[in-house]
Amino acid sequence: MYVYDEHDRQIAAERVAQFRDQTDRALAGELAEEEFLPLRLQNGLYVQRLAPMLRIAVPYGMMRSNQVRRLARISRDYDKGYAHFTTRQNVQLNWPNLEDVPDILAELAEVEMHANQTSGNCIRNTTTDQFAGVQEDEITDPRPYCEIIRQWSTFHPEFAFLPRKFKVAVNASEKTDRAAIQVHDIGLQIVRNESGELGFRVHVGGGLGRTPMVAPVIREFLPELDLLTYMEAVLRVYNRYGRRDNKFKARIKILVKALTPEGFAEKVEAEWAHIKDSPTKLTREAIDRIKGYFTEPDYESLENASDLLARQRFENRAFDQWLTHNVDTHKKTGYAIVNLTIKETGTPPGDVTDRQMEQIADLADEYSFGEIRVTHQQNVVLADVRQDRLFELWQAIVPMGFGTANLNTLTDVICCPGGDYCALANAKSIPVAEAIQRRFDDLDYLYDLGNIDLNISGCMNACGHHHVGNIGVLGVDKKGEEFYQISLGGSSHHDASIGKILGPSFAREAMPDVISTIINVYVDKRTEEETFLDTYRRIGIDPFKERVYA
Amino acid sequence: MPDIVLQDGSIKQDDWVVVSRPEDGDSLNPPNQKALIPVDLWLAGYERYAGREDIGVWFDSHQEPETLGDKVNELTVIAVNFPKFTDGRGYSIGRLLRERMGYQNELRAIGDVLLDQLQFMKRCGFDAYALRPDKDIQKAARCLGFFSQGYQAATDTDTPLFRRRAG
Ligand code: HEM
Ligand code: SF4
Repeated sequence: MYVYDEHDRQIAAERVAQFRDQTDRALAGELAEEEFLPLRLQNGLYVQRLAPMLRIAVPYGMMRSNQVRRLARISRDYDKGYAHFTTRQNVQLNWPNLEDVPDILAELAEVEMHANQTSGNCIRNTTTDQFAGVQEDEITDPRPYCEIIRQWSTFHPEFAFLPRKFKVAVNASEKTDRAAIQVHDIGLQIVRNESGELGFRVHVGGGLGRTPMVAPVIREFLPELDLLTYMEAVLRVYNRYGRRDNKFKARIKILVKALTPEGFAEKVEAEWAHIKDSPTKLTREAIDRIKGYFTEPDYESLENASDLLARQRFENRAFDQWLTHNVDTHKKTGYAIVNLTIKETGTPPGDVTDRQMEQIADLADEYSFGEIRVTHQQNVVLADVRQDRLFELWQAIVPMGFGTANLNTLTDVICCPGGDYCALANAKSIPVAEAIQRRFDDLDYLYDLGNIDLNISGCMNACGHHHVGNIGVLGVDKKGEEFYQISLGGSSHHDASIGKILGPSFAREAMPDVISTIINVYVDKRTEEETFLDTYRRIGIDPFKERVYA
Repeated sequence: MPDIVLQDGSIKQDDWVVVSRPEDGDSLNPPNQKALIPVDLWLAGYERYAGREDIGVWFDSHQEPETLGDKVNELTVIAVNFPKFTDGRGYSIGRLLRERMGYQNELRAIGDVLLDQLQFMKRCGFDAYALRPDKDIQKAARCLGFFSQGYQAATDTDTPLFRRRAG
């Protein structure tokens, strides 16, 4: 994992001093609220319905155990003893005091953490696959590129006041896309060209929100060393020509659409021609230096523990289910990737208490070289667990509430905070997730249904990514009452697509029944092999519509 | 005349005025003193204005620096307007004027110029800042100096941190 050197430490310390000064001036009335707003947003500080909310950056979702312990302590000392893992692999505190934020930042800086650019109209935290570096089918580890982008984008002087926020995601796997790159402003797919050289396929202009869009490809192959100059060209074109007259039309996706992807690409190429060989061009040495931080941990040479696991599975059905659903194949023999689910029925998805964070840190130290990853599905990954210790680990996590074997099933819901916490909400979202989780509490039935992404947002800002859920739920306001609109057929993976609206919306009480009906249509119509999305794509929306509105 | 902040945070007396764009139909009448006029009008009246040391130009944030072409160094002052401090186009204009077009003389930020934006302006090639008058000009030096280094190459340095680390 990346470790700060004296430069990073200095910049982090200077940033804390700067934000302290800004906060002091804001509290002293020298900065008008509208002047302080972008400054605090660029530091992850929102002011919410009930209290400020502080979004802390977790670059590409990776943390060390000491960082998680620090978050636990901060949430206890400055907040109500819990935090929230977000869909952009960050961590949020829901109740800090404005005056305390500089102290919180100083505590974070001590463990090489910060809240820079986690909000505001700037380049946000770059995200990637939570299985980076440990999966079998990846072209190369994407994390060094994420770190290179993090450094380049941190306090970039030209791009601190973009028309709108800007999000980058990197994916390196050939078969899967766990980073949802095609719904980002820039999505980078790591590829090799015919001559075997490493580079990126560049998607620009994806996003959710009001105008959901899947990002078109604007360059099929960008050589590795050109990463930053090309991104600088994209950002410059966007900074100069993106719309600033209407907040809802200000994302880069609108510019790409207006110019057409080809027209946009031409403008970028023309800009890039000027700066391609500028000092911002990466060097082999610079990349290798960053790669040096992402070396493998000290794996032991082990055999796969197949016999042992087979016996343990046979003896314990719950362990068997957990292994099937929550444990993934590791590139290294004898190791496994473990997903801890933070989705217990009755708790908001992604919420963790200070005690749970400490438990997670302890588990990481004991079982996984002290490293933790936050996933975009709001779960936590221990990436390097010995297979012969899986049973022991499982026994430890079940009482902690991290062992629900529902990964990727219907009840592994992505859900925004909604009306319980968020000032912008049209409707509550957490109680809907909870009601659905209660309805579908039979694990065997869930397994039989296979992978289904259910995503819930409390308003069209789409924090819960409802457009790309196989089943998406959106809170809407109808004459002051909370209703829910359903869309079907979205996907955030390689085959990314935006869901289609089913029809008129429903009251909250009706939601579990409606979801059941939708699931029943799938069960009736599916062929042996089909996932929910496959069936939907084959039969279309009408059979669902007919049954739901019958 | 309001004072101007320089890159090191020092304060200089200033005698340039910004002449706003005349209403439709009216013609531009620069006052009898050093004046910054809209860049497109300077270009349109080039015969009249060329070579005059008491005339500079200002860009609005949607205007394109490329329009100045190789005339850029005929000007001793170019200003860029930030109509709203959240409008970041001026940063690109600054870098393009300096890095692409090779502008050598004073580059001044005007308009909604606040303390916390000075650091970015400095890195994008601006060397004079007409701070909004209600802001405390004595704090400018501090706000320009929070950071001792940055990660990227920009107008102020052509060596990004990844190249300095290699050295
Ligand atoms: C509690 C207060 C929150 C507020 C007020 C809030 C507000 C917003 C707003 C206004 C947007 C703008 C969308 C756009 O510009 O298109 C947005 C987007 C987003 N939010 Fe939140 N949010 C909150 C919490 C969260 C949480 C907890 C998460 C993670 C679970 C989250 C994840 C996201 C994501 C991923 C997007 C981007 C969607 C896109 O790509 O357009 N938000 N949020
Ligand atoms: S989707 Fe809407 S309701 Fe949900 S957190 Fe975002 S802004 Fe709030």
